[in-house]
Amino acid sequence: MQDMKKLAQLLKQIEDQLVVCMRCGMCQSVCPVFAETGRESDVARGKLALLDGLLQEMFNDSDGVQERLLRCLLCGSCAANCPSGVKVLDIFIKARAIITSYKGLSPVKKIIFRKMLARPELFDRLMEWGSKLQGIFIKPVDELLGTSCARFTSPLGDRHFSSLAPKSFHRMVPYLNTPAVDSGMKVGFFVGCVIDKVFPKIAQAVLHAMKHHDVGVFIPKDAGCCGIPALSSGDTNTFNNLVRYNLKVFSAEKFDVLVTACATCTSTIKKLWPTLAEELSPQELDRVKDLAGKTMDISQFLVEKLGVREAAAAETGEKTLVTYHDPCHLKKSLGIAAQPRTVLQTNPAYQLREMTEADQCCGCGGSFNLQHYDLSSAIGKHKRDNIVESGCSVVATSCPACMLQISDMLSRAGDRVKVKHAIEVYAESLDKK
Amino acid sequence: MISQTVIKEFESILGKDGVFLDETDRHTYSYDAAVLEPVLPSVVLRPERSEQLGKLVRLCNENAIPLTVRGAGTNLSGGTIPTKGGAVILTNALKKILEINSEDLYAVVQPGVVTAKFAAAVEAKGLFYPPDPGSQAVSTLGGNVAENAGGLRGLKYGVTRDYVMGLEFFDVNGEIVKTGARTVKCVTGYNLAALMVGSEGTLGVFDKIILKLIPMPAGRKAMMAIFNDMARASETVAAIIANRIVPATLEFMDNFTIRAVEDYSHVGLPVDAAALLLIEVDGHPAQVEEDAAKVESLCKEMGAENIRVARNAEERDKVWEARRTALSALAKLKPTVVLEDATVPRSKIPEMIQALEEISCRFDLTIGTFGHAGDGNLHPTILTDKRNKEEWHRVEAAIDAIFDKALSMGGTLSGEHGIGMAKSRFLEKETSRGTILFSRRIKAALDPKGILNPGKIIGE
Ligand SMILES: Cc1cc2nc3c(=O)[nH]c(=O)nc-3n(C[C@H](O)[C@H](O)[C@H](O)COP(=O)(O)OP(=O)(O)OC[C@H]3O[C@@H](n4cnc5c(N)ncnc54)[C@H](O)[C@@H]3O)c2cc1C
Ligand code: SF4
Ligand code: SF4
Repeated sequence: MQDMKKLAQLLKQIEDQLVVCMRCGMCQSVCPVFAETGRESDVARGKLALLDGLLQEMFNDSDGVQERLLRCLLCGSCAANCPSGVKVLDIFIKARAIITSYKGLSPVKKIIFRKMLARPELFDRLMEWGSKLQGIFIKPVDELLGTSCARFTSPLGDRHFSSLAPKSFHRMVPYLNTPAVDSGMKVGFFVGCVIDKVFPKIAQAVLHAMKHHDVGVFIPKDAGCCGIPALSSGDTNTFNNLVRYNLKVFSAEKFDVLVTACATCTSTIKKLWPTLAEELSPQELDRVKDLAGKTMDISQFLVEKLGVREAAAAETGEKTLVTYHDPCHLKKSLGIAAQPRTVLQTNPAYQLREMTEADQCCGCGGSFNLQHYDLSSAIGKHKRDNIVESGCSVVATSCPACMLQISDMLSRAGDRVKVKHAIEVYAESLDKK
Repeated sequence: MISQTVIKEFESILGKDGVFLDETDRHTYSYDAAVLEPVLPSVVLRPERSEQLGKLVRLCNENAIPLTVRGAGTNLSGGTIPTKGGAVILTNALKKILEINSEDLYAVVQPGVVTAKFAAAVEAKGLFYPPDPGSQAVSTLGGNVAENAGGLRGLKYGVTRDYVMGLEFFDVNGEIVKTGARTVKCVTGYNLAALMVGSEGTLGVFDKIILKLIPMPAGRKAMMAIFNDMARASETVAAIIANRIVPATLEFMDNFTIRAVEDYSHVGLPVDAAALLLIEVDGHPAQVEEDAAKVESLCKEMGAENIRVARNAEERDKVWEARRTALSALAKLKPTVVLEDATVPRSKIPEMIQALEEISCRFDLTIGTFGHAGDGNLHPTILTDKRNKEEWHRVEAAIDAIFDKALSMGGTLSGEHGIGMAKSRFLEKETSRGTILFSRRIKAALDPKGILNPGKIIGE
């Protein structure tokens, strides 16, 4: 039998956050997982009650609670809607870490997180190897759980993968350091794993846009993963190492803003680095806070720092209809929804048409998709239906993880809708100028 | 404990997926929105079709298994806590809107339909279902009927009871009972629906509900009246009604609540005001203009410092956003929120508000008061931390004092949140010993083994 008293002790650190939940049940109206299953253990209220149960030593082991805790997209819909202001994501992530540290990380995850993710050069090489051997992937990589930037590695089942790009972005651009020109502005560019390995074209679009605006760009050699895969699996150790590692490589240069084109990376850096990274020296913590403070989503940067505006309406001619999907990590955790829409409307060849429930989660949720593929697909199916119903031929979004899920859903249904990143649509308009 | 044989039978009715036995899952059906101790059920059942529901009820009765029906579990009185263990039956898979009839103005629904979804579906047909409890985004219609839920529009439009035209429910033997009809008039048999509304799952299990719909009012106008004096605000409520104007909504907010809302949502409320009234009139556009003008001048006469009339939909939304965020704003201040709903005849509102202030001082507690002033249903909201035992005792004493005060004014224990576990011990105070015995005899006749939500409302 597990020592539940000890676990309860460990969980004490989240008690003050747990008691904030008044069990009103309002989170039932927004949780995508609950909408599919109707099970209380899938909604925030249920999970919080279970954690409370662990804290009160009501269970003989933590397995059941842990399993249910992992049936969650970490989409933050509940937190964004909670009348009581419960910091649901903070609680869930901390609880995952506490339970994992108490039970120990599974050996496979240990290899993956500690040996691979935490060592970017090694991880990169493995992925390249993977991209050459698509379809006959090695077992440990299949089990690379817990991550939005990892699910593309699994060649299981009938899912329609966006395959690994033949050449990842860091091969094309291993290092970049261009000065600020007329704009007087320089950015650090945090590429992120999924863009690097699956959608290098998004990173190219970012560079294209920066060049167009004469913005200097710094990309360090061997930049690491933002750490969310490890963190959401409860491996704080690897997370801490990654935060420290990224801090180091990005302090090599001075820049005004750290931009990313991945909603998940943005929200991880902004919200989780400063609050959840541990064992940092006070100086390091200050630097993390400084970096988090100047991190921006690429559309937000274009609109707020470069003053990009919608194109004048008068344009005539055939327009491509585009609809926009709000990534949870952008809208619900950071409140960014208008800026990407503005960016889409800079391109006169497109016309924006909203789908219903544009901010409904696509159901990806990193490891959730791997472990609960059917549930994830059921949630994704609603997104697919809304996209198709909008009658648009392009769906744009701001997160490569959402793009993976949406592509999977659309292609399985045989729809001919293109999936693009907002910055790609923007970059296309620059081509024509 | 429930025998393996019975569990097998549950599984043969629902399939394994509809029967939750795992301790972890059961744990998540041990509470609701009331601040009460959780109790674990032995099994949780999730029927997807109505005939399954009937079979489950019969099986529970045959085996004397206590049975608690659960909608969204948002009631504030412990109505879905399975105090005797046994089975919890979930209705959230019975969620079909079976019919919306725009010619005869009624709808037929299954009990697990979510209130707001239903209201939206009805509105899409140009019709109106007025009961709008604050929990409508998640609450179920079955739960609304079983609690006789109210909402912001109670003053003019009444509460859930006023919209129940008919019911089909399973009695404890799993036999279907029909009452009421799809017609406006119906005198066929006893008026059982009246008995079932507000019965909190103690007399039968709803399977179908026939709800009355009304045409959507063509116009509406909202305004906010600001007062520097609490008494003036509450007297204005009485004055509006005395002048034979019936606003759709007439809501009150005290200074503490105003400040909490403003801190939280920055909607531009006057933080120095002693009290606010939020008023909306609706109906035929000409009537709306006339009523709005009358209300405005009444408020002025009664000494309102300032009146802001919403000029467009956006401003109207702002007014109601302020009200809707009241509970959230208060809830964020302290870990535990006790939302009371003792209700008084509306002429007694000024007196009640004064009494609440005294109670808050006497027990040294933070109480924010807002609510449906127009129908006398205030929500004194006590902010506390239930882990602080000493303070919690004072909270309990304050609740008793609030009840006593409301009753002494000819009011009632609960305007809309129900009795459940939380208030059953007070029931006799409001009614009489005879009332309880009479109710228990009805209960005993309809549910001889006492399996339907035992212990709720009338105790045991
Ligand atoms: C934030 C918040 C705001 C609220 N605002 C209001 C408000 O403005 N007005 C108001 O009146 N209430 C309000 N409530 C209380 C609550 O939401 C209502 O009582 C609502 O009607 C409960 O619906 P439910 O589906 O959650 O029912 P549950 O809580 O699941 O059940 C309530 C009772 O109904 C019984 N029941 C449920 N389904 C059936 C069925 N099919 N057959 C027989 N019995 C059944 C249950 O056994 C239980 O006794 C609020 C609650 C919260 C948390
Ligand atoms: S998490 Fe928030 S919304 Fe959900 S039950 Fe708790 S307080 Fe209510
Ligand atoms: S984070 Fe998303 S999936 Fe997880 S409980 Fe909250 S709303 Fe549900």
